[in-house]
Amino acid sequence: MVEFSLPPGSKVRPGRTYKAAADAARIKRFNVYRYDPDTGDNPRLDTFEIDLDACGPMVLDALLKIKDEVDTTLAFRRSCREGVCGSCAFNIDGTNTLACIKPIDEVPGDVKIYPLPHMAVVKDLVVDLSLAYAQYAAIKPWLQADSAAADGERCQSPEERAKLDGSWECVLCFCCQTSCPSYWWNEEKYLGPAILLQAYRWIADSRDEHTAERLDFLDDPFRLYRCHTIMNCTSTCPKDLNPGKAIAEIKKLQAQRR
Amino acid sequence: MATQKQRPLSPHLLIYRPQITSVLSIAHRFTGVVLSFGALVLTYWLTSAAYGPEAFARAQAVLGSWFGRLMLLGLTFSLFFHFCNGIRHLVWDAGWGFEMNQLRATGWLVVTTSMILTLASWFAAYAVAGGS
Repeated sequence: MVEFSLPPGSKVRPGRTYKAAADAARIKRFNVYRYDPDTGDNPRLDTFEIDLDACGPMVLDALLKIKDEVDTTLAFRRSCREGVCGSCAFNIDGTNTLACIKPIDEVPGDVKIYPLPHMAVVKDLVVDLSLAYAQYAAIKPWLQADSAAADGERCQSPEERAKLDGSWECVLCFCCQTSCPSYWWNEEKYLGPAILLQAYRWIADSRDEHTAERLDFLDDPFRLYRCHTIMNCTSTCPKDLNPGKAIAEIKKLQAQRR
Repeated sequence: MATQKQRPLSPHLLIYRPQITSVLSIAHRFTGVVLSFGALVLTYWLTSAAYGPEAFARAQAVLGSWFGRLMLLGLTFSLFFHFCNGIRHLVWDAGWGFEMNQLRATGWLVVTTSMILTLASWFAAYAVAGGS
């Protein structure tokens, strides 16, 4: 449902400020969303002053520095630090991206870091992704083929394989998913751009034999057609993929088989 | 086990950076709503003409006032914006125009075209009716 303002318990209050050392030359302020489930207090926005001369180049480097040196209770997901695991997805400077491949230099002024938008917050920057994972499972993201493989393996021509480019690279960081206003207002029923991009990945796969079933599943006023081509998804994808176009391709296939 | 407090909802609309993609989308909806209101205005004008000379004169006075004209200017822009962005949606439905550079280009094209069409029609209207 469309609700523009946050519920009372979710409203963000001003938090603490952690000053940089007096001799720090190049100070950048990081405003970070904090929520502690143990106290249950409202979320707050803490400010950390970081000396960029003593910090790595990416936003994730600053978060790690804060956790290592300033406040060890700061919670966030991270793993690969090179944009292939999809863990460190946050809302940085107003758009969703991966902290590990977002240079601090690209952010003018203070760096605002929020969790992925319109999600239930577990702690600080960690959000509950279980609904998105359940939606991912619902599209059956695996090869479904009933016939026996011709020569023990299922071959593709280079052209057939090329159709999967732009969808297999997705790291399921859910930046696009949580940038989409349609998903904000209808997350229970609309599958969202990340899941639909993966749905298209299996529809477009020449080896898959359940294409019609997959399209049947998506042929629903909410699951697929809540996409109103807002295109925040493509605009925000840190891997430069195009979920919006994939959704349009699914809509075209639905129209063509009528 | 103590009942867990409900998890807070992370900020969304008010912290997300407005951009050409989302702004034009919400503008398309908004102008759609405005045009429903515009249909009522048009109905009022036509009905007053059918009702008689006095009612029509009153309607002309209301719509011809500075406030009426401002409203009509807004309606004209809404009509052209909704029309142009509607064509953009049709082009998308055909599967074209989903690259980011195309999205930005067609977005600004829609904005400038609807502004030009609005101004052109008002210049034409004033040229024909002379502002009376």
